[in-house]
Amino acid sequence: MSSRDAILARVRRSIGSSGADLTRRATVIDRLTRRPKSVIPARGQLPPDERTALFCAKAEAVFASVKRVQSATEVPEAVVSYLRSNNLPQAVRMGADGRLSALPWNTQRQLIVAVGPSAGDDLVCVSYADAGVAETGTAILTSGPHNPTTLNFLPDHHLIVVHAGTIAGDYETVWAQLRDRFGVGVLPRTVNMITGPSRSADIEQTLLLGAHGPRSLHLIVVG
Amino acid sequence: MSVHPTSPEFKSNAHGALHSPSLQKAMGNVEKGFIEKRRIAAEALPEFEALRDSARDIKNHTLAHLDLYLEAFEKRVLEAGGHVHWAADAAEANAIILDICQKAGARTVTKGKSMISEEIGLNAHLEANGIKPIETDLGEYIIQLRGEAPSHIIAPAIHVNKEEVEADFRRVHTHLDAKRDLTAPTSLLAEARGELRARFLAADVGITGANFLVAETGTSIIVTNEGNGDLTQILPKTHVVVASIEKITPTLNDVAQILRVLGRSATGQEMSVYTTLSTGPKRAGDLDGPENYHVVLLDNGRSAMLGTEFEDMLRCIRCGACMNHCPVYHAIGGHAYGWVYPGPMGAVLTPSLIGVDQGGHLPNASTFCGRCESVCPMRIPLPKMMRHWREREFERHLTARTTRWALRAWAFAATHPKLYGLGTRIATRALSFLGRKKGRFTSLPLAGGWTTWRDMPAPEGSTFRTEWKKRGRK
Repeated sequence: MSSRDAILARVRRSIGSSGADLTRRATVIDRLTRRPKSVIPARGQLPPDERTALFCAKAEAVFASVKRVQSATEVPEAVVSYLRSNNLPQAVRMGADGRLSALPWNTQRQLIVAVGPSAGDDLVCVSYADAGVAETGTAILTSGPHNPTTLNFLPDHHLIVVHAGTIAGDYETVWAQLRDRFGVGVLPRTVNMITGPSRSADIEQTLLLGAHGPRSLHLIVVG
Repeated sequence: MSVHPTSPEFKSNAHGALHSPSLQKAMGNVEKGFIEKRRIAAEALPEFEALRDSARDIKNHTLAHLDLYLEAFEKRVLEAGGHVHWAADAAEANAIILDICQKAGARTVTKGKSMISEEIGLNAHLEANGIKPIETDLGEYIIQLRGEAPSHIIAPAIHVNKEEVEADFRRVHTHLDAKRDLTAPTSLLAEARGELRARFLAADVGITGANFLVAETGTSIIVTNEGNGDLTQILPKTHVVVASIEKITPTLNDVAQILRVLGRSATGQEMSVYTTLSTGPKRAGDLDGPENYHVVLLDNGRSAMLGTEFEDMLRCIRCGACMNHCPVYHAIGGHAYGWVYPGPMGAVLTPSLIGVDQGGHLPNASTFCGRCESVCPMRIPLPKMMRHWREREFERHLTARTTRWALRAWAFAATHPKLYGLGTRIATRALSFLGRKKGRFTSLPLAGGWTTWRDMPAPEGSTFRTEWKKRGRK
């Protein structure tokens, strides 16, 4: 008997089921298709403006910095101003995501924009979030040909553009959007939920920012 | 298991721990940090208690249908282009992972923090076969340099003081300037980041654990703060996930319920920094990510716990809240427990996984104060299960002879109420008389184990039953 069959047989024996039990199968199929939501915290269930405000406040509480802009056309300027105020060279790397490439980067003449995945030598990378979650100030990013995951972890500074219209109250709302976009039971290789910059408290329980991922997380919230 | 347990020597381990000044200093950080942070986070979420119920119910449902959810998970992993391996025990899991590494031509592997990898002794197995495992979580990196096991399931180097970390870094990072300043914890962190960055980029295989395996999508999820787990699972060509079978969770909505209690219970964070969902290898057109994705599902004793009085333990999500709140753990640290899992969850899990003959002392190291159960996000009745182990230990005649005699004497007295009343009245009066000056005893015959560490309060003159009767008459 293979280990697979042996393990499943032992599990069934312990549970006291033959595995052919139709009621149990129906229960499992029901849960996987109905996907009950159970307890959703009230704190994120707000009108859009307040939801965005909660998202920003929660992100700042975990040491992300937040810049709000009125329209997407202001994003390149916000990026340049972040670089300047942190004494960083005018260079960023980003994916070929259409939501980013459509922005007026040519208005920032000194800024060098590299496109593609990171090999580990970029100080600053820019990503576009698929969604935000207000209840904890979390940005959700998905991998794909135009959104390499290395951009989210290798740079010292990670800048994420979040459209206010995509900020949900809770995680469950975002899962539903992912199912609509990729299909039920299907996800891209990586879905990142990012809540603040990298940190560690492994030395004497002292909280230090900038462990292995980005030392700084800057959210540019549009709208 | 490959890690040789010292759990049978628990008593001498604990004795050594109590006499170690550096350990006692380090353990002070547990009490002052974790407890307050968890309390604040729990109080800030009005739904926290309801979420604990929800999380418990989800896991109970999953365990009752575990075979079917495992099959559903496997199907989705295969559909996403990944591989699933089943390992009955530690040896089989190690063999599977070694084989994957060898086929990938691996010389070095990076590792995200994984308690399962500790449980199966994966590092020793890889090293014995010429493959270098590199722990990348800061705490795990520190203890790997020291050749130690983790002493806490989420803060593996909690027993190490910063001066010791500095000494270890100076000993190992000899290519760096000997005169560099490492007094600040930030400089230690920066040095580890610098040292590990090249290792991340050079590794052939990345091995992570999983906080969740999602049946709905065939996804493995890791929850971390440092980002090391992510660099481990996106940079190498091959990503191996090793996880035990009870990590299965039906749907993403179920994951969201448990996530809301996990971070809050562990570190007092409303959400850990990186919660990452990995599904299969990279897709057509993806410019980064692993080309191969393997999940190793480990049983190693779990299936035998199902359907027994220890089944509730399989709800554990490894947050560490039980040990953070445990007075015994605070006093002796994690290493004294002698195997992989310390604290209250370790006291229940260790005898289940390595046998009550090996781990039977651990459930005895509890005052049954109940703090662990009161903070457990999954509402696991830890004290009750420790009692079950004590009973099993007694039944199997593994309890020390003196303990058995004492229990027998106690049982006799407790079933003869008049004799019991007389005995306690005499003892109470005698102790009350002897302790009348100080109101406490700094030493007592046969009770040195107590009075060495704290005073024994002297009784105030009469027994509980006498006082109870008096009040009843009023």
